[in-house]
Amino acid sequence: MGIDVAQRGLGSQRPPTFTVARATALAVIVVLATAVWLIAADGPQAWAQSSVNGLVSGSYYALGAVGLTLVYGILRLVNFAHGDMLTLGAYVAVGLTTGLGTPYPVGVAGGVLATAAVGLFLEQRLFRPMRTRRAGTLQLILITIGLAFLIRNAIQFAVGSSPRAVAVDVTSTIEIAGIRIGTTEAIVVVVGLAAIAAVAALLRWTTLGKQMRALADDLQLAEATGIDTDRIITCTWLLAGGLAGLAGGLLAAAAGAITPVTGSFILLNLFAAVILGGIGDPRGALLGGLALGVVQEWSTLELGSRWKLAVGFALLILVLVARPQGILGKARTI
Amino acid sequence: MTALAALTVAPSGALQAFVSPDFWIGVGVLAAIYGVFTLGLQLNVGNTGIVNFGQAGFMAIGAFSMAILVVKLGWPFGIALAAATAITVLAGVLVALPTLRLREDYFAIVTLALAEIIRYTAQNARGLTGGNQGLLGFDGAWVNVASGVADDLDRLAGLRSGRPDLLPLLVVAWTLLLVLAAWLSALQRTPWGRVLRAIREDEDAARALGKNPFAYKLQSVAIAAAMGGFAGYLLALQLIHLSADSFQPQFTFIGYTILVLGGLGSYAGVVGGSVVIWALLEATRFVDLPLSDERIAALRFMLIGTILIAVMVVRPHGLFGKREEMHLGS
Repeated sequence: MGIDVAQRGLGSQRPPTFTVARATALAVIVVLATAVWLIAADGPQAWAQSSVNGLVSGSYYALGAVGLTLVYGILRLVNFAHGDMLTLGAYVAVGLTTGLGTPYPVGVAGGVLATAAVGLFLEQRLFRPMRTRRAGTLQLILITIGLAFLIRNAIQFAVGSSPRAVAVDVTSTIEIAGIRIGTTEAIVVVVGLAAIAAVAALLRWTTLGKQMRALADDLQLAEATGIDTDRIITCTWLLAGGLAGLAGGLLAAAAGAITPVTGSFILLNLFAAVILGGIGDPRGALLGGLALGVVQEWSTLELGSRWKLAVGFALLILVLVARPQGILGKARTI
Repeated sequence: MTALAALTVAPSGALQAFVSPDFWIGVGVLAAIYGVFTLGLQLNVGNTGIVNFGQAGFMAIGAFSMAILVVKLGWPFGIALAAATAITVLAGVLVALPTLRLREDYFAIVTLALAEIIRYTAQNARGLTGGNQGLLGFDGAWVNVASGVADDLDRLAGLRSGRPDLLPLLVVAWTLLLVLAAWLSALQRTPWGRVLRAIREDEDAARALGKNPFAYKLQSVAIAAAMGGFAGYLLALQLIHLSADSFQPQFTFIGYTILVLGGLGSYAGVVGGSVVIWALLEATRFVDLPLSDERIAALRFMLIGTILIAVMVVRPHGLFGKREEMHLGS
């Protein structure tokens, strides 16, 4: 039980010599060798710029992945609707800003409230009843896929599929040592990293966070020790929903425009970040997101940007096949 | 009487559509394509317990392999079909070999990611697949045969369709669907099929009986990939113009909607589910709603989402499924 890695079939006879230390050393060597090769091939300036771009897009992935990893780690639920929750938050933020003329951060706050409310509603009306009926993994996955279709297309039905501009400054840039980063992008990265740190701190030090981790370890055991599991799960959905809205609002600002598929388009990247870093851990989502972003941007130096997404997914598959518990993950972890 | 008179005097567009043969030919072709596609999912999900989210990728490999062999290498259509099927089965084996030992949720995500890699490759490898323009002209041999069949059908039975090759395609697609469904149902009753279901119920128990679950699961994925390839050929013939855009992940998820509506474990359910879903989806095109095309497209997918959620919440074993055949992992 737990989120141990059930290795089945022929693979379970994997030789035990491939240790964590070796794997880490191998990964570091591969990363350094790639970096040296890229610097030699494309010059230090291009390499540094693409690394920074990678860290920026990696922070976006991490921000989008935090809510996903909480639900995945604590509730064992693979939420395919998470990307569309992001989109919903972004549309609320943009709608409040352009419709009511509120400043963009206030719009984002509205988006956070809206998606947190959606999370609460889904938990109370859908997922709690399904839990009492002991619904299976596939049953829940398909429900979230249905929700994804419903949310995405309800947005398209309501506002159409043409891109909506976000009322933020996307032209001004900061330049340090010849490396450029957009001002809005920089703000989004800082706020995003702060949000990830806050979630990590909440899990680490608060009672609520400790109870969440207890649930992630063993729901029955947590219940037996007197934890009000329904309350903790409700809090998890509120938090995950709110984080989806925050990510949506921030990513919309960084991109400058949104469409109804903004969130679903990056969903697989978010899964990749979650799985690369190790499920359930915000630090894992950060590490996985940054690794994914950097690898994708580095790949554009040699292959061009057309192959970026494919390279990211190939990384996901490689890591899953070689090390299914992720970079940070142990066999059992939150 | 007055109501009937009103209908005959001023038939609404909607009602006219439902009695028009072209509507049902269109529904029939789509239902058969998705039916063949979903038969593979049924073998994996319903009868082996493997959550394959990459079926659209196998379909893309089959369709593009066939089209590339015909258009770029000039192979005869029939030989290209056989070779493309071999390529698709090989792809299924190559995908399954490293991933089958993963937990079911990881397997689902990885197969979805692989299908997306395949789609991006089809989009980006412009020299081979035509990129966003896609491929044309792989169906010459088929169109020749189809126009002959279409003439015969018209002369002998008075049947014709708005697009002449659609009626022959309907016949071919439904023959294929029914033959494959019957074959897979028969396979279920063989010792091989019983081992698959034993693996679905309890892999360790199957192993304790001396069966090698990995080998059986590998075969299950390989056969499902072939089904994806068959659906890909039919889709290519229906589309005439093959492009990567036709292999979005939602193809797979419409397949899952058909699968759960029909019921896990039942191949007849796949056939019925596919007809129901496509009659519903195509009906939204013909009902005169005062809405833009974009909104109608959104409504279609909202319908898919709603059906998926409703079936999973209210009747997880599906319309035609048996409760004891339900395997949804836990």
